[in-house]
Amino acid sequence: MSASSVHSLWTTAAPVADKFPTPHIEYAQLSPVLIVMGAAALGVLVEAFLPRRSRYTAQVGLAAVGLAAAFAAIVALADKGYGSTKAHIAAMGAVAVDGPALFLQGTILLVGFVAIFTFAERRLDPPPSYAGGTPNSRQPVDSFAAQGSAVPGSEQEKAAVRAGFTSTEVFPLLMFAVGGMLIFPAANDLLTLFVALEVFSLPLYILCALARRNRLMSQEAAVKYFLLGAFSSAFLLFGIALLYGYAGTVSYSGISAVIDGTAPMTPALADTTGNDALLLIGLAMVVMGLLFKVGAVPFHMWTPDVYQGAPTPVTGFMASATKVAAFGALLRLLYVVLPGMRWDWRPVMWGVAILTMLAGAVIAVTQTDVKRLLAYSSIAHAGFILAGVIATTPAGISSVLFYLAAYSFVTLGAFAVVTLVRDAGGEATHLSRWAGLGRRSPLVAAVFAVFLLAFAGIPLTSGFAGKFAVFQAAAAGGAMPLVIVGVISSAIAAFFYVRVIVLMFFSEPKPDGPTVAVPSVMTSTAIAVGVAVTLVLGLAPQYFLDLADKAGVFVR
Amino acid sequence: METLIGLLVAAPLLGAGVLLTGGKRLDRVGHWIGTLLALLSFVFGAVLFINMLGKAADARTLNSHLFTWVPVGGFQADVGFQLDQLSMTFVLLITGVGTLIHIYSIGYMAHDERRRRFFGYLNLFLAAMLLLVVADNYFLLYAGWEGVGLASYLLIGFWQHKPSAATAAKKAFIVNRVGDIGLSVAIMLMFTTFGSFAFNQVLPQAQQASTTQHATITGIGFMLLLAACGKSAQVPLQSWLGDAMEGPTPVSALIHAATMVTAGVYLITRSGAIFNAAPDAQTAVVTVGAVTLLFGAIVGCAKDDIKKALAGSTMSQIGYMIMAAGLGPIGYVFAIMHLVTHGFFKAGLFLGAGSVMHGMNDEVDMRRYGGLRKYMPVTFVTFGLGYLAIIGFPGLSGFFSKDKIIEAAFAKGGTEGWILGSAALLGAAITAFYMTRVMLMTFFGEQRWQPDAEGHEPHPHESPSSMTIPMIILAFGSVFAGAFFSINSRFVHWLEPVTGHSEGDSPISAGTVTGATMVCLVVGVGIAWLIYGRRPVPAVAPRGSLLTRAARRDLYQDDFNHVVLVRGGEHLTRSLVYLDHSLVDGVVNGTAASVGGLSGRLRKLQNGYVRSYAVSMLGGTAVLVAATLLMRAV
Repeated sequence: MSASSVHSLWTTAAPVADKFPTPHIEYAQLSPVLIVMGAAALGVLVEAFLPRRSRYTAQVGLAAVGLAAAFAAIVALADKGYGSTKAHIAAMGAVAVDGPALFLQGTILLVGFVAIFTFAERRLDPPPSYAGGTPNSRQPVDSFAAQGSAVPGSEQEKAAVRAGFTSTEVFPLLMFAVGGMLIFPAANDLLTLFVALEVFSLPLYILCALARRNRLMSQEAAVKYFLLGAFSSAFLLFGIALLYGYAGTVSYSGISAVIDGTAPMTPALADTTGNDALLLIGLAMVVMGLLFKVGAVPFHMWTPDVYQGAPTPVTGFMASATKVAAFGALLRLLYVVLPGMRWDWRPVMWGVAILTMLAGAVIAVTQTDVKRLLAYSSIAHAGFILAGVIATTPAGISSVLFYLAAYSFVTLGAFAVVTLVRDAGGEATHLSRWAGLGRRSPLVAAVFAVFLLAFAGIPLTSGFAGKFAVFQAAAAGGAMPLVIVGVISSAIAAFFYVRVIVLMFFSEPKPDGPTVAVPSVMTSTAIAVGVAVTLVLGLAPQYFLDLADKAGVFVR
Repeated sequence: METLIGLLVAAPLLGAGVLLTGGKRLDRVGHWIGTLLALLSFVFGAVLFINMLGKAADARTLNSHLFTWVPVGGFQADVGFQLDQLSMTFVLLITGVGTLIHIYSIGYMAHDERRRRFFGYLNLFLAAMLLLVVADNYFLLYAGWEGVGLASYLLIGFWQHKPSAATAAKKAFIVNRVGDIGLSVAIMLMFTTFGSFAFNQVLPQAQQASTTQHATITGIGFMLLLAACGKSAQVPLQSWLGDAMEGPTPVSALIHAATMVTAGVYLITRSGAIFNAAPDAQTAVVTVGAVTLLFGAIVGCAKDDIKKALAGSTMSQIGYMIMAAGLGPIGYVFAIMHLVTHGFFKAGLFLGAGSVMHGMNDEVDMRRYGGLRKYMPVTFVTFGLGYLAIIGFPGLSGFFSKDKIIEAAFAKGGTEGWILGSAALLGAAITAFYMTRVMLMTFFGEQRWQPDAEGHEPHPHESPSSMTIPMIILAFGSVFAGAFFSINSRFVHWLEPVTGHSEGDSPISAGTVTGATMVCLVVGVGIAWLIYGRRPVPAVAPRGSLLTRAARRDLYQDDFNHVVLVRGGEHLTRSLVYLDHSLVDGVVNGTAASVGGLSGRLRKLQNGYVRSYAVSMLGGTAVLVAATLLMRAV
């Protein structure tokens, strides 16, 4: 194309552009997302321009400040009433600012904040000590690959390790992921939903590949996650296309209006509204895309492999924050777009929830790797949360919000403990290696036991309060069979949680067993926060239940 | 003043906390801390008492609400205190006798290396017992009730290295548990009937209860009686008290004679309004009391172990109190009066027995005593005064209080009155007999001392002053308390605002009753003198009559329990264990195995290949779409 023709395109397009209204963006209300994204972009600049040795401090500080500032913005918004009375849809109908969005965004920010601590841990792995290394090589290292682009086992990698490289890129990646997750549960049209999904998924794929130890396994996990994620995105996108075909719009309220029959009838609409197949297939496919992210059966199969292969801090972050974001999006989709369709989607979701609870609990019984065990446990928990989602009542929303907040901190803490139990090969994740841990390191074992009891839903832990709220909401919403299945799977799940406790406290320690590394203040803080939240939400859940209750109204 | 009630309980509780957690570094001062805090508690009690005396008789109740303990919906359990004349009486008895026994224990437990722990337990007991009597509701009373049970268990089994002591502690705990169930059921019934546990809610409501509630109130009465039977060692839950003498003697004196075992009497008197509204339950109470007063007395006649003889006597005397409490307003006051005088003389007797054992290498068999009056003059005199008090020698404490109970029994009227009165008189005769027997076998006659198991000859000597002084003080109480209470019906006026009082309608005059009592006393003492005073006491117990042999075995109470309850229980548990193994375990293990098997098979689906994961997602989506479409079609 010649330059003149480009120019003519440009000039001929200009009058058309006048017809577009200037988009109206409420920057203040979107400030949490903007702050996080801005910090992430700054992080990229830091990576590009700062010398290697000062990047770590700068990145950790930047990420922590960014998340804290975003959280402050959330609190300010909630304080101004955006969670309740002033809730509305910002950015030309693209992003909702309402109670559930603020609650979930706050949770994600806190989870991200704690995750920074586990990402920044640099005492657990012994610094590489190759003969002839420069003094620089004594620099402490974290859980991430020295150089992500180096082929595992290659000379290039060895050189990178010798040089004491570290991947400080993980911090901007984490920030981009958090930014995407903030938009995801607030997305109010299908395209924003899709874009947010990709924005947080892509950094996660990369993060999964960056383990310092077991690099091949880590890369395998990342490739699996990427392929399956792309596969599910395709379904989601196809579903979006079908819904657009049905309703002629991608906005949630628009689709909802068409389904309810309240939208003004146009000739184009008259063609499609009779055709419910478009709607139903589109609905099933979009829901499938979200179920993939929460790890519901039968879209769960990536979970164990990815959780096991990814660097453990990433697993912890992914297992908690992704779940919060994805369940938030699912809630909004089902409660805002498809309330008129609940007689269609509820029975199907019943089936998914039952399968998820049972499969997660049953398969976990025979797991021998602690990270895989936690992965299946997270699948079972996804089932429990789905039971609350299906309630389709305000109590359902608030119980899910509470459950997500409670569950994410338990998960973060549990994975942080996993990073501590190490032997010569890095983390010792095989369960047989954990035998007798309680004898050698009573404190670490006791903390892990607290998390396991919380997973099992034992009273006085947050797990109990959350499970109780969710099951209560499900029962009140007419889903008694789900509650029964839920209780049965909880019983099965209790078996393997308690088995780990028995293993830790009542088995003879092995002579060549792993040691518990003493973490720096970073991981200690993350674990302490996990324990504190677990106990506080377990002992005095009422305040937080009320908070979730107040936040539990979607703006339409 | 109200805060003082809390401090009253808190002082010994603090002592228990400090002594039981303080560790070895408190070993040298632990007994002083325990004794001082008991004394402090007594001082608080005395201040409260003086303050109470300064008020009008009907305005003496002191209430203090601390906090709400368990607020759950309509269920509200408060921690609050109510100190009225009834509670005050108990507070003074508990802290007074308790302090004396703390002092006594300093000497008695001097050589025990776990003395600090002993004082910790004693303080724990004081705190729990005080909580029991100052609680303003049944729920908090129950906490104290369980607390004294725990302290009793710990102290009976204090010498846990002796299997007999460990067993006795367990027995006491288990038998008490039966009674405790009665109390908890009674509390539950109260809550469902009256919607509260507070005395000031339950008791007035019980008085004005409708006829439909009467059955429930009778049920509550029976359950409270069951509780009282357990704690106060009344038939049929009496079997633990004899074995409880395995504990150190100060414990027997404080807990198993003067205070804790009288908690049942307190419970029945406190719940007077309930029993007044439930005549059937009252009949049951007097029956239990009358049966026990004879039962205990008969057992006391045959025991050669001095502490077990006294334990039988305790059982019998509490039988008197329970009977009096069952008589209703005629008897409440006298039940409590006898309780207080009994607290003095029985504690004195036990301390005397402990002093004798202290001088006799811990020998308890009275057939190996004899002629000790010359060697232990103080013990002899104080024990003798206690003896005269318990048999009801004119002018001493027991005379006034027991006589009043016998009068009240006759005053019940009708056949019932005659039966109860006669039982009480017969009991008085037997009491005179067995106590004379104890006195004669211990302090009179020739010396039948024998070396102990390690061959040490006994060298009886008077106990140190830390032990004799409390005995002397208690002896004063044994002598003068009854007369002090009875002059101008002082005690009746004191308690009347709380328990109410009526004279009743006696078919025979008070003089006749006193005369008959005196006759019984002389007969009892005379027979005992004939058997044990005139003739030498054989060193080995003779075979004895059928009744004697039965009484030696506590009238076959343990055999009865063994055959009926233990065997029956064993059969039940065995069949339950069988069911558990075959049926429950079968189902549980079967389920676990099948879940495990399923898990193993499902696990294989997770084969690590992305292609099969993608297929499962595709299949899942297809099913999801199909199911959604199908739902619409249906």
